[in-house]
Amino acid sequence: MLANQLAALTEPPGVAEALTVIDGFDDVIVAGLGRVNDATSTGLAGLAAAVADSPLGGPVRAAVEKVVRGGVDDDQVALLAGARTAVFGAVHDALLTSLDAALGRTRSEPAPAVVQEPGQDPAVEGARSWLRDVAIAGWRGVDEDLITAAGQPIESLYPVVARRRLAMVLAGLSEELGACVPIANLPQLPARRWTDLWTRAVLLSRMSTVDASAAPVTNGRLLPLGVDMHEHGTAVQLQLHGVLEDKGQTRLVRASVSAGKVETIAGPGVWPLLHRHPVLLRALAERRCLHLTDMPLLPEGDLLWADDRAAAGDPVDEFATARLALPTTVAPAVAPLNRHPATIGEVVLVEGYRCDGGALVLGGERLGLALDRLPAAGPLSPAHVAASSACLGLLRWNGGAWRLQPMAVQTTVKKKNVTVRTADWAMGPTDPKVAKATGDAVSVLSERAGRLLRR
Amino acid sequence: MSEDDWRSSSVVRVAPPIRPRKLAKVPFVELAERRLQGVVSSGSDIERVYVSSIASRTHEFSCSTNNNRPCGGAGGSLCNHLRLLVDEAVQQYGADRVARYLGVTLPDGSEDVLGALHPKPNPSPAAPVFSRFLHHLAHLEIADSTEPLPELHWFPAGGSS
Repeated sequence: MLANQLAALTEPPGVAEALTVIDGFDDVIVAGLGRVNDATSTGLAGLAAAVADSPLGGPVRAAVEKVVRGGVDDDQVALLAGARTAVFGAVHDALLTSLDAALGRTRSEPAPAVVQEPGQDPAVEGARSWLRDVAIAGWRGVDEDLITAAGQPIESLYPVVARRRLAMVLAGLSEELGACVPIANLPQLPARRWTDLWTRAVLLSRMSTVDASAAPVTNGRLLPLGVDMHEHGTAVQLQLHGVLEDKGQTRLVRASVSAGKVETIAGPGVWPLLHRHPVLLRALAERRCLHLTDMPLLPEGDLLWADDRAAAGDPVDEFATARLALPTTVAPAVAPLNRHPATIGEVVLVEGYRCDGGALVLGGERLGLALDRLPAAGPLSPAHVAASSACLGLLRWNGGAWRLQPMAVQTTVKKKNVTVRTADWAMGPTDPKVAKATGDAVSVLSERAGRLLRR
Repeated sequence: MSEDDWRSSSVVRVAPPIRPRKLAKVPFVELAERRLQGVVSSGSDIERVYVSSIASRTHEFSCSTNNNRPCGGAGGSLCNHLRLLVDEAVQQYGADRVARYLGVTLPDGSEDVLGALHPKPNPSPAAPVFSRFLHHLAHLEIADSTEPLPELHWFPAGGSS
């Protein structure tokens, strides 16, 4: 990424106005749909007006009128969540279009959304009614009893793969609400964040995830670029970004693997939880490419990882891959329902900068660093980034600004040139001090539980 | 981060990241059901584990084996198991969050949650805490997914320093 590309990354027209609509609606959910007054009904009216010219226009206007009169049911909740999603979808599209233009990146065309109704399922019903109760109470009114009530639907949803996404988002949200008890005493609430999660959950409670068994397969070579890690109390996800070469064509793809987790397992202790994907983990630790055989690939660039359909190949240098492939490789389309600025994470390579701690300075332009997204599971630290000369990372948009989340850097440690990556410890920490401190959390926990069972 | 950023960011760190800790002495600790509660290994007998809890606000405490045999040390004051439980909770969640949950105010800069408690004994059954521990471990048994989970972009792993 060059200075002139960075300079071209300005806020697209309309984004500020759309975010004002979002903030107005989020204030309604802070106060609660059970307490709509003159001030908050403006927020609802603003949302209805924003989607008035779309197919959602009529139904959303009717839902708002009903809520203002004092009636809240699941269908109105879903319409409000749908309208908010549509507004954020427009913001997402504007941001991604301007990013693609700045980077000169070509993107494939999206396929239409295919959504299946979830069918009759008491656990999904339970999730919907919890989400409705939360919206009625408002974030200010959420108390410990309401947070605890999320536990039942989460427990029933978690084991079912088609409900996993809903379970994960409910678990993350309720865990975070629990960490903020008593919420009424908080001076300021993370209103956009919580309402984002609530909105995602409402939509997920209205759909089943698409059956991916019909996805086309690929037989290409996957060249890793970098690894992004996600984690809350009960889930961890590794997302590998890479370049797929297949029949002479290259495209940007991701491979995601996730596992259930407990809060007490953190830092480098999360790698063993992903043990069911040994080929992937070893290739990441040994910095190798991967040869794929009949690996399913969704149109949005997501490989449905099957470890037995992958074999590790030769060692590869991700910076060489990025220099060669990034300028011309086609980026994947975004699935219609995933269009939200928080899901944007575009791989870029930045070189020829000076780091001033919190930002990379590139020919007079500054690119802020998302150093709070460097995972404790890996060795890549803010000090490595500060001393670096090249950085491979994800461009993220959050709180009104673009920032770079580093995934790998070429840097200097004790006067030696080295490359440090987030996933270098995928087979366990290579730093003996860290390895000793990490231990084998899973077996300690099972042994202790066994003692309790016998007594 | 300003209050405005806090309100208008999709991704903000609402609670400090959980800090890794050694699990052998206190395999389980949580702030739930209006209690700081957990499972503590016996200091003298590798075979034995205790279920220990301190209630939010009232600070009523309980410490017993799984079949409700009371801990000998938890008569009128906090036993070593309960002290360890508080220490490990502070390590895992940070003193502020533990203090807030238990309803105590710490002087500026203090991490002494133990010293701020007004504990009194009130034995409570061990089984519910024990079953929460097992339930918690069941998360490790859940079948993996390789379907992408886009919602987890709201939960970046962090904490590298």
